[in-house]
Amino acid sequence: MGVRSWIERWPVYRQLTGRDDLGRGAAARSPRTDELRARTATADREVKSVCPFCAVGCAQRVFVRDEQVTQIEGDPDSPVSRGRLCPRGSSSLSLVTSPSRVSKVRYRRPYSSEWEDLDLDSALDMIADRVIETRANSWEHEDEQGRHLHRTMGIASLGGATLDNEENYLMKKLYTALGAVQVENQARI
Amino acid sequence: MTDNRLAGPLDDPIAEAGYPADHPERVGFFTDTSVCIGCKACEVACKEWNLLEADGPLDLSGNSYDNTVGLGADTWRHVAFIEQRVPARDKPQADLGMPGVGPPGGDPTDRDGTDVRWLMSSDVCKHCTHAACLDVCPTGALMRTEYGTVMVQDDICNGCGYCIPACPYGVIDQRPNDGGAFKCTMCQDRLGDGLAPACATACPTESIQFGPLDELRERAAQRVEELHERGVPEARLYGHDPSDGVGGDAAFFLLLDEPEVYGFPPDPVVTTGDLPAMWRHAAEAALAAAGAVALSFLGGAR
Amino acid sequence: MAEAHPVGFQWVMEAKARGATVIHVDPRYTRTSALADMHVPIRAGSDIAFLGGLINYVLRHDAYFAEYVKAYTNAPMILRDDFADTEDLDGLFSGYDHESGSYDVRSWQYQGAEVEASAGRRDETGVQPEEVVRHAAGQRLQSAAGSEQAGSGGAPLRGTPELDETLQHPRCVFQVLKRHYARYTPEMVEKVCGTPPELFEKVAAELVANSGRERTSAFAYAVGWTHHTVGVQYIRCASVLQALLGNIGRPGGGIMALRGHASIQGSTDIPTLYNILPGYIPMPHAHREQDLATFIEADSGEKGFWGNMDAYTVSLLKAWFGDAATADNDFCFDYLPRVTGDHGTFQTVMDQIDGTVKGYFVIGENPAVGTANSKQQRLGLASLDWLVVRDLNMIETATFWSDGPEIATAEMETGRIGTEVFFLPAASHTEKDGSFTNTQRLLQWHHTAVEPTGDARSDLWFYYHLGRRIRAKLAGSTDPRDRPVLDLTWDYPTGGRYDEPSADAVLREIGGTGPDGAALSSYVELNNDGSTRCGCWIYCGVYADEVNLSARRKPRSEQDWVALEWGWAWPLNRRIIYNRASADPDGNPWSERKAYIRWDAEQGRWVGPDVPDFTATKPPDYVPAADAKGPDAIGGDEPFIMQSDGRAWLYAPAGLVDGPLPAHYEPEESPVRNALYGQQSNPARQEYNRPENPYHPVDGQPGSDVFPFVFTTFRVTEHHTAGGMSRWTPHLAELQPEMFLEVSPELAAERGLEHRGWATVVTARSAIEGRVLVTDRAKPLRLDGRVIHQIGIPWHWGPNGLTTGDAANELLGVSLDPNVHIMETKAATCDIRPGRRPRGPELVTYVAAYRRRAGLETGLEERP
Repeated sequence: MGVRSWIERWPVYRQLTGRDDLGRGAAARSPRTDELRARTATADREVKSVCPFCAVGCAQRVFVRDEQVTQIEGDPDSPVSRGRLCPRGSSSLSLVTSPSRVSKVRYRRPYSSEWEDLDLDSALDMIADRVIETRANSWEHEDEQGRHLHRTMGIASLGGATLDNEENYLMKKLYTALGAVQVENQARI
Repeated sequence: MTDNRLAGPLDDPIAEAGYPADHPERVGFFTDTSVCIGCKACEVACKEWNLLEADGPLDLSGNSYDNTVGLGADTWRHVAFIEQRVPARDKPQADLGMPGVGPPGGDPTDRDGTDVRWLMSSDVCKHCTHAACLDVCPTGALMRTEYGTVMVQDDICNGCGYCIPACPYGVIDQRPNDGGAFKCTMCQDRLGDGLAPACATACPTESIQFGPLDELRERAAQRVEELHERGVPEARLYGHDPSDGVGGDAAFFLLLDEPEVYGFPPDPVVTTGDLPAMWRHAAEAALAAAGAVALSFLGGAR
Repeated sequence: MAEAHPVGFQWVMEAKARGATVIHVDPRYTRTSALADMHVPIRAGSDIAFLGGLINYVLRHDAYFAEYVKAYTNAPMILRDDFADTEDLDGLFSGYDHESGSYDVRSWQYQGAEVEASAGRRDETGVQPEEVVRHAAGQRLQSAAGSEQAGSGGAPLRGTPELDETLQHPRCVFQVLKRHYARYTPEMVEKVCGTPPELFEKVAAELVANSGRERTSAFAYAVGWTHHTVGVQYIRCASVLQALLGNIGRPGGGIMALRGHASIQGSTDIPTLYNILPGYIPMPHAHREQDLATFIEADSGEKGFWGNMDAYTVSLLKAWFGDAATADNDFCFDYLPRVTGDHGTFQTVMDQIDGTVKGYFVIGENPAVGTANSKQQRLGLASLDWLVVRDLNMIETATFWSDGPEIATAEMETGRIGTEVFFLPAASHTEKDGSFTNTQRLLQWHHTAVEPTGDARSDLWFYYHLGRRIRAKLAGSTDPRDRPVLDLTWDYPTGGRYDEPSADAVLREIGGTGPDGAALSSYVELNNDGSTRCGCWIYCGVYADEVNLSARRKPRSEQDWVALEWGWAWPLNRRIIYNRASADPDGNPWSERKAYIRWDAEQGRWVGPDVPDFTATKPPDYVPAADAKGPDAIGGDEPFIMQSDGRAWLYAPAGLVDGPLPAHYEPEESPVRNALYGQQSNPARQEYNRPENPYHPVDGQPGSDVFPFVFTTFRVTEHHTAGGMSRWTPHLAELQPEMFLEVSPELAAERGLEHRGWATVVTARSAIEGRVLVTDRAKPLRLDGRVIHQIGIPWHWGPNGLTTGDAANELLGVSLDPNVHIMETKAATCDIRPGRRPRGPELVTYVAAYRRRAGLETGLEERP
């Protein structure tokens, strides 16, 4: 940067030579102010989404930069929400980027007073074993009246209603094939 | 150059601040509190966009549903909640003849023919036409933008704090950790990209309307008229008038009660309006200091 | 609505700006009240008296929409002569069995027609006594499947009911309705609800003036109506009123269920619910001999779109079991597990305590604070062998063993809790593809923005890979019970860093494919011969022409106000269901002002801005042949095509277990006697008299004065449900930073409660504390000469997170609506005292003292 441009950027120089003689506007601007951009405009991509809170189904625009979500706001194209979000929807960025989110599997042994580390693969394998064993031990082929039951009453499930349709579908499909009937959802609560 | 540079009506504060004649239109907020549902989306959207911290403490204020309490360094939108007893509109005042067996000392279900009214209003920096905060700022951190708004440039602010008592509305606040002064920027970064500020973008009921100030003033006048016709005679505007003590606000309000009820000063006056002499003094001092600094830069750049 | 659905409320504000009158009926004065034209106070739990009052007003003033009522409702149907109303039996309907606490519903049917119970329940309660299961501790009937099915399907009906088009026959529905509601006078409304008569009359006048040919009125409700022991009848009561006023199937009309979670509608459509399969097909019940044909025969209707239930069911079985499902093996119908009673979540938790349930998956749910009688929930969790919790944050359900309330009171000891706990971090909505079904039945797709980090994965990933592993471990098994698992179609394409299964592929399977493997466009294409596959028949067509229609986002500015090209609504992208009713029987709009769907004789089809909810080319004068079945049996002037008689039901001849007409009953716990009938509470409600679930004495019983106040739970805008998505979020936590209790100045004075001070609310279940918010918005009610105080208790808090506090659900007992097994949270009784609650074991002693004073020694006391 040359000396001349250094001087021209100096507010007082601009105040004296420009139209802003009181130095309250154009002359007072810092380079950083001049460079301000909306981070939505500098995002790598915008992804279309739906608010995860209540069931109004407000449309969201999710902005991503360097594989991080950097902003979530309403999508004005939506005939449902017209771009608006309530405080919960507006907090979506904090929700998904919250430092309080647990990032690792936690495991508590029976009777233990501590959480332990457990890798995800082992956790999945152990859960599969628990399902198979509990199912085997609690299988009901038919009842005392000879009625076909084909089920286990040893395994139950309770899902929240922020589950996607596709998730609910796989849950119901797998549980039903396993013979688990006590499959429930927030929808009853 | 125009008259009324520090007080009184001023047609084009943007040009007055040295921007070329083809500067953008002056923009502002018209906050219509008659449709505010007090959801606080504005508060949250503002904090999310401007990456402001939650500023707790997590303590119930007891002030209706207002736990934010006021504007601050990390709270640039604040929703006030006012619970009032008002005369019942439709209720006959006569006794209905129902048997009364209330406890001695009066009937707890009788409130002398009053109903409750719950007012909500989202407050924000007013972006005054004559902004005392800007006038007293010795560093040029506070400045008027090409949109006519008033913003703090936090890369320049040295935390002197002069602006804080200067604001007739008590808007600006210092952050305890770094001492810098902070307030609403009207999302200067978004304006540059043609976007509305975060609060107005989120507002579910269009209580917060953003746009060119002239249009907003027109729309507001219509809205008041409409409410008057619908039997809401108490509707009135606040901060819209260019001849008021701050030359009119870029962020103005439709209220359903006196300004004091919402925590607004009834008749705000720019605190620097009668101090041109002091300002001249400060400018001279600043010039001298700037000259010295400029010389030192010339030296450094060599 | 402004509180919990602020963005939806923009449309109410828009309507208000255009001149609509907004009326808010609520026990509490909320943000909605602040913006409404009228707030109408009401005692929590008394809404049927209020709505019944409106029905009576409409009938008394001949203000119903006569042409609509005659043509489109079952007003002319004649009832059997052995039907007896609450008018005859002091609050009971005919068929009540005091022993089992349930109804035999047969006498509620039409004369001349055999109306079966609704889909999925006709072989159960009151019909086959051996299926009545009674708990050893004396609980009421555990009926199986609820009537959720009828939400989509209506109840099957056979034969031709007798009609009286003049509506004069003393046993026709219209006359029965008139008699039934005659006692719901404005004076009675005041006596039961505490609503001043002049205010009630004003509501009635506004509603009537705004209904008819030229105008329509809409109702919106949320769980304030459903969370009652008589919750289904609340909604029924609004339906009766709206049908009388002609406000169904027309623009600006209807009854809007404001659901609280992003895909709670989807969670019932594609249910993770025990009693239904996708598309509201009932789960089969246990029988000695039942094949697919008899299952279908029993549950499908003769008339209407439920007549094709065989095609829906076979296509589902084909979607699940693929090539293994053939006509020869009954399409693997025997693979489906059988239900034998109520296996709902409350029964499940009691079964955990009683030791039969060993393993439990909790997926994005927080019952340790989010479900009524939270202690019961934690007792269940502590009785398990293993527990899997998947969530974003470390919620109370995952940590009950280390810091649950029972650890503090020494009722549980960490070292004695044998539950093995797996906490698996979940992906957020921005980290996975998938669809939510919103409260308007609209499917909307959300796309992956970024991949989850660490061990966080989608629930789709978890179930797909869990299934894959279980199948691998069982591979080669010859045990017949493993065949269903091994025969499952479980071959979804995967991609990305973590082998994420394709949610698109799953949606395509849900949407259905034809004999050529191509995506289907409508459920009318489904066959019963195994040639089509469809995971959820009401979602059939969501992937038509191989396009994920739920992901459509044509801007609203580029289409009309109905916006058919934004997302996809079930069924068949219809936005207003039963919209044939927007036209008169001849197919012309009732009025041009309210025109929507009309018959275009030239084109020979129904036309309008929406997809007609009717066979598109069926003319208004179509008369079905006597032997017509299914959709063909619906006449051209019968808009209610999912109902077995094509009509809106003012009277429900089947499908409900607690009465064909809504009648006011007091909540399980109430400070007053039922002013309308001798019968105090819903006689068919489900109770669980167990030590951890005692109920308070009701008015007139000894000990009822120990719990003199009404409380109702509620939500605020700033928090979400039990707090799992808001208590950890700093920008929400600071807005409502503490658990609080809303009381009136009058109650505060009576009990010595200080504004911003602490108070303790006590029930026989537990005691919780909160900061006191004394507010003029809360006002005592006067009814029947008595003053009733109501306390508002938000239910968002729990011990974990940034903002912490006691959970409201600690206070509630479990008693259920018998149709859908949903608990009563919106009206119960309590005491309130100044100061904080006792800590440690003293809390147990404190609550026990209250129990003793109320005469509740065991929790097993008999109820009226």
